[in-house]
Amino acid sequence: MKKRPVIAVFVFAALLVPALFASCSGISGSDVNWFMGVVYQLSNGMWASLLLFGCTILFSMPLGLLVCFARRSRFKVIELITKFYISIMRGTPLMLQLLVVYFAPYYIFKISLSSEYRTYAAIIGFALNYAAYFAEIYRSGIEAVPKGHHEAAKVLGYSKSQTFIKIVFPQMVRHTLPPVTNEIITLVKDTSLAFAIAYIDMFKIAKELSAQQSNIMPLFVAGLFYYIFNFVVSFVMGKIEKRAKRYE
Amino acid sequence: MNLLEIKNIKKSFGDLEVLKDISISVAEGEVVSILGPSGSGKSTLLRCATMLETMDSGSLIYCGENAATDVNGKSVYAPKKDLKRIQNYFGLVFQNFNLFPHYTVLKNITDAPVHVQKRDKEEVEKEAMALLKQMGIEDKFDYYPSQLSGGQQQRVAIARALAMNPKLLFFDEPTSALDPELTSEILRVLRDLAAEKMTMVIVTHEIEFARNVSDRVIFMDEGYIVEQGAPEKVIDNPDNDRVRAFLAKIK
Repeated sequence: MKKRPVIAVFVFAALLVPALFASCSGISGSDVNWFMGVVYQLSNGMWASLLLFGCTILFSMPLGLLVCFARRSRFKVIELITKFYISIMRGTPLMLQLLVVYFAPYYIFKISLSSEYRTYAAIIGFALNYAAYFAEIYRSGIEAVPKGHHEAAKVLGYSKSQTFIKIVFPQMVRHTLPPVTNEIITLVKDTSLAFAIAYIDMFKIAKELSAQQSNIMPLFVAGLFYYIFNFVVSFVMGKIEKRAKRYE
Repeated sequence: MNLLEIKNIKKSFGDLEVLKDISISVAEGEVVSILGPSGSGKSTLLRCATMLETMDSGSLIYCGENAATDVNGKSVYAPKKDLKRIQNYFGLVFQNFNLFPHYTVLKNITDAPVHVQKRDKEEVEKEAMALLKQMGIEDKFDYYPSQLSGGQQQRVAIARALAMNPKLLFFDEPTSALDPELTSEILRVLRDLAAEKMTMVIVTHEIEFARNVSDRVIFMDEGYIVEQGAPEKVIDNPDNDRVRAFLAKIK
């Protein structure tokens, strides 16, 4: 296996970069404590980031499938509404969408919501946005299934839902794994945008620490967190992709 | 009784009239080959017969059951429930196999009998293995389609169609995607099926093969049947000039 040394090099490089910066900015060895302190404080925010990440994946991936069905609906009205939804979600900044989700209940309906709503607003905003992207990815995957497979299934007597579940869906998953991995990785980093509605995630804490200490290092430590997290994501998705490709 | 009866099919795509007025009947145990130049409507005819395409007018009858009835020059299809039953009377083998790539050979063959026809899984698997043996590829049962040659894939596709126990099997240019060596593999399989009195309707460009196995040859051109009859008659001694010109060109 040639792969292990490669992984080691990646991890080593990832650790080295902040270490180099640390030495350049003249921080001495006793600052291991400082480093651990930053890691400790960031890890509090890490849970908030993970929560947002996990819930977004949990809701946006199935929701994306529904949006995808609506987008492919034979009813023109549903198709048009869905197209509009997707174009808004993809065409405007996620940060703005978060603000709308957070403030709309108050400004439009005059409902004042508890501060807990902040977390829900972040999850709702992210899930709605990512569902639009996932829907388009799924659509490309569904359309990549050859027409002949639908016809073969029809002649063999499969119902429409059997054809989708047994024949189309597994192939769609296979086709869409690389772009889905891309989206997931982007999401890991995008969670930091939740600061727009004052959601306390890891990056927000890193920025505050950085401001307090007049030191850019906490931001790099946060960067390291994201990098390691995404490293795990690509590793896991790579394994899944390999498994999905076994029939090729 | 005729297994298949097609009466006065007409089918257009937009302004293009592909099938102009076609009637065919196929008796049990009969092997019918359909020849003709590309664009003559052979494939469309097969797609109408297998209900992958809806016809504009004409009727379609399997084993005495109406799949579509002509009502004032318009085809009216039977209710879904009936069509589902009628669907079981026939199978179709495609030009490009259309095996499901994520299923093994065995699952490709057994999945529909088990989950559509709701038959006993063990029994279906036993039958599938027997079919694979008949096709000479029983050792490939746990392979994925991509690991097989084109000829092997087509044999799996034939086994898949046979596993549904159809009364009639359609073939849409089953050897067009194969090289000459693999073509002869498939033709051997078809010959064996013909010897077992399997009812078959084969759209093909293999003139020699059509002559050797068919009971009847149908020659189509521009949406019409221009000649039909015994292979010796249609292929060796055609009346129609168009047939003669076509055969001369490909011989």
